[in-house]
Amino acid sequence: MSTRPGNLSLFLNNKLAAVGLGALATVLVLALLTPVFPLMDPDATALVNRLKLPLEDGHILGTDHLGRDLLSRLLWGTRVSILVGLSATLIAALFGSAIGLVAGYVGGRTDHLLMRGIDMLMAFPYILLALAIVAVLGPGLLNALYAIALVNIPFFARNIRGITLSLSRRDFVDAARLSGKSHTQILLTEVLPNVLPIIVITMSTTVGWMILETAGLSFLGLGAQPPQADLGSMLGEGRKLLFTSPHVSIIPGIMIFILVMSINLVGDGVRDVLDPRLKSGVLSRPAAKTKVAPRTTESTPLELPSNIVLDVRDLSTEFRLGNEVYKSVGGVSFQLIKKECLGLVGESGSGKSVTALSLLGLAPTPPGIITAGQVLYDGSDLLDADLEELRHLRGNRISYIFQDPLSTLHPLFTVGDQIAETIRSHYAIPFQQAWSRSVELLDMVRIPNAEGRANAYPHELSGGMRQRVGIAMALANDASIIIADEPTTALDVTVQAEVLKLLDQLRVEKQASLLFITHDFGVVSELCDRVAVMYAGRIIEMGTTSQILDNPQHPYTRKLIACVPVLGQPNRRLDTIEGLPPPVNRLPDGCAFAPRCDQAIEACLSGGLVLDDIGDGHVVECIRAREVTA
Amino acid sequence: MANYIFKRLIAMFPVMLGLTVIVFTIMAMIPGDPALAILGSYATPENVEKLNRDLGLDKPLVEQYLIWLGNLLTGDLGRSYNLNRPVLDEVLERFSATLILAGASLLLCSILGLLAGVISAVHQFGWADRAITFLVLIGISMPSFWLGLLLILVFAVNLKWLPASGMYAIYGGGDLADLFSHLLLPAFTLAVVATGVIARLTRASMLEVLRQDYIRTARAKGVAERSVIYKHAFKAALVTVIPVIGIQAGLVLGGAVYIETVFQWPGIGRMLVKAISTRDILLVQGGVLVVAASYVLFNLLADVVQHLLDPRLKS
Repeated sequence: MSTRPGNLSLFLNNKLAAVGLGALATVLVLALLTPVFPLMDPDATALVNRLKLPLEDGHILGTDHLGRDLLSRLLWGTRVSILVGLSATLIAALFGSAIGLVAGYVGGRTDHLLMRGIDMLMAFPYILLALAIVAVLGPGLLNALYAIALVNIPFFARNIRGITLSLSRRDFVDAARLSGKSHTQILLTEVLPNVLPIIVITMSTTVGWMILETAGLSFLGLGAQPPQADLGSMLGEGRKLLFTSPHVSIIPGIMIFILVMSINLVGDGVRDVLDPRLKSGVLSRPAAKTKVAPRTTESTPLELPSNIVLDVRDLSTEFRLGNEVYKSVGGVSFQLIKKECLGLVGESGSGKSVTALSLLGLAPTPPGIITAGQVLYDGSDLLDADLEELRHLRGNRISYIFQDPLSTLHPLFTVGDQIAETIRSHYAIPFQQAWSRSVELLDMVRIPNAEGRANAYPHELSGGMRQRVGIAMALANDASIIIADEPTTALDVTVQAEVLKLLDQLRVEKQASLLFITHDFGVVSELCDRVAVMYAGRIIEMGTTSQILDNPQHPYTRKLIACVPVLGQPNRRLDTIEGLPPPVNRLPDGCAFAPRCDQAIEACLSGGLVLDDIGDGHVVECIRAREVTA
Repeated sequence: MANYIFKRLIAMFPVMLGLTVIVFTIMAMIPGDPALAILGSYATPENVEKLNRDLGLDKPLVEQYLIWLGNLLTGDLGRSYNLNRPVLDEVLERFSATLILAGASLLLCSILGLLAGVISAVHQFGWADRAITFLVLIGISMPSFWLGLLLILVFAVNLKWLPASGMYAIYGGGDLADLFSHLLLPAFTLAVVATGVIARLTRASMLEVLRQDYIRTARAKGVAERSVIYKHAFKAALVTVIPVIGIQAGLVLGGAVYIETVFQWPGIGRMLVKAISTRDILLVQGGVLVVAASYVLFNLLADVVQHLLDPRLKS
């Protein structure tokens, strides 16, 4: 891992933020240097020179209705606006943070009372409250400043309170308390430094607003009073000349715009650096279909023998994050026989789910990409299929059952709706008809009172019920293959058995093949006809269930079987496998299990892996398989 | 649902009461003689004394508040001495104009913001996303009152497509088409910032939702991609965006102050600005109260809509 770059270089890497910083710095330097520039007096009127256009008679930006030099007024006005905006931000930050710190640290009734007060202030439209305050204090720049500062206090108070609340429950605060520090000391030396980034973020995101709002009050004539000018009052005066001399109002507007935009850009940049979780757009959304890289495939006939429904050949799926390549699936081949149940077994991270998702292009892209292989089904290679072709198969001829039915069912639609939709996505039938079919399906998966339950939302059902809905959805059309990805792992042990039995019974009735993904050999022995064992993205052993369970050849399979507790043998020693699977972005040459294998020899560490048929279709990928058992 | 709305209405009372306390307190803090402030500096001493008595200003503050609140509940917000008419009449008349403007703006910013956010999320990092992100940045950085002036220059002065100010044409007009042509520019100007905020949030929540397991389920069922995005993902994203649209009502109602001034819209914002400069305190008080109360109602409406969309909130 490279070391994390410093905050400043992170910030400058963000092009927009860097542009914003450049613009802001330019404006700030101009404002700071205004007194040294050879400018005309911003308030000196000269009616002879009124309403000169830009570049006319030595006035670079022209003059206003009293003949005052607009460039000079603009720069002096910018100084005023920045100063007022910054002061308002500092005042709001000071009082807001103080309220937030106290409320969050003290808690209880003080917190409740302070926060109710803050909520009340927030019940007003922001600008309206500022107006009411100016109405009381009277128009004037200073009063506008107070008003804007006051209405921004709630934002700081709320943000800071939230952070303080979680901080004051932490150990280091308790430790400080025990060491005899006073509350004030703890707040200032322990809590405040941790809250500071949030204060800075809130300041950088609100200062632009405050400049805009004070300019707004001045625009309305409630802020800066003549002859003093800030950007808002210049705009307000210019507005009356809009039809005759638009430059008088356009020029200060451009300045406000540049100022606020550069502050917003810098603010977004600061937020991204200090609080990367909030960064907009780091989350990328998966596309409708996994990306498939251009592959070289054998030109074998795509037709399958009549007893095979699915033929997966050398499938490889990678996830590319930054410069890292995670080879989740590294050349997997298997065939699914008609009406059989094939178990795909392995630890988490072994690539079994990604294998299953890759078959119909459901592995998330980005960052996923299928780099090699063929998935033969019904006379075509599914990796060549376009989205519409895949869509016709998904949920229709090949259906999925996922692990956690609470997160995999849509929370805002009734289960009846969701099943009906599965049907109507493939068959143009009226909704009513699809709905009655949903009710039948719910009845078929033995949900009591199916008619009523069809109207239930997922959160209103128990875990077992929800997974029955998942099964009903998978059987809604006439699937020839059902892919079940740990369908009972999220369920209670007592419910698991029932759901499994139901799934198996129904798929046998429907004559569908089942690809059953699990990490549980106990389940495999009850359900599966054949088993494929996966490790670090490869199938390392495959055979009939009895071949694998009674005569495991790969050292990994043996260890995995040894891990299964056996009913009635409580004293049996449960072996755990030493070490961890290799990270799939750092796969070793040779056998991936070799570093954890007590049978490993020199030759295991260098390449040359092939699935070896040791008889009767029992294949194993271990160069020592024969000699070790011999 | 009726039960929920009823509960929310009950819960609204303390908030409304709090609003009256704040408005009353702010106005009671006005330095100097309030009667003088109300009547202006040309008032005769007799008038000042009479008004002080009428307003009950010789009584303790709490009693004053209770009397004021009592009057408020019977619809008596006092009388504007500048306009010489009851505050309530003036406020309601002006507020109806503001409601048309703010309502049109809210509608516009909801439609545009949601649309832009969804397009942005679906084409993440594509040119449409970049363009929308850039426009949003410009929109939320631009002073709305300045944008209003620019739009007047372009569409009213130069192109002469739309009127520059007012709510109806002075001669003739007065029909819906006339109102619409006057409404277009100010409603758009007022909607710009809120559109930006809604678009940003919609983009973020769409991206979040599209990563959820139930979206993968929808795709695994064979649901058409258009439906995955506009039905499954959009509905889930909408649930988080709706409360923020409620909050935008505050931005729009407040921003109306500027926009009504720029476009000479006869609404409550323009009334407030004028009332502040003429020190017509009772009018300010009444105006602020009505707008704040309507903001509370807008938020209530947003909550109710969210509850209608999200069955999980019922339990």
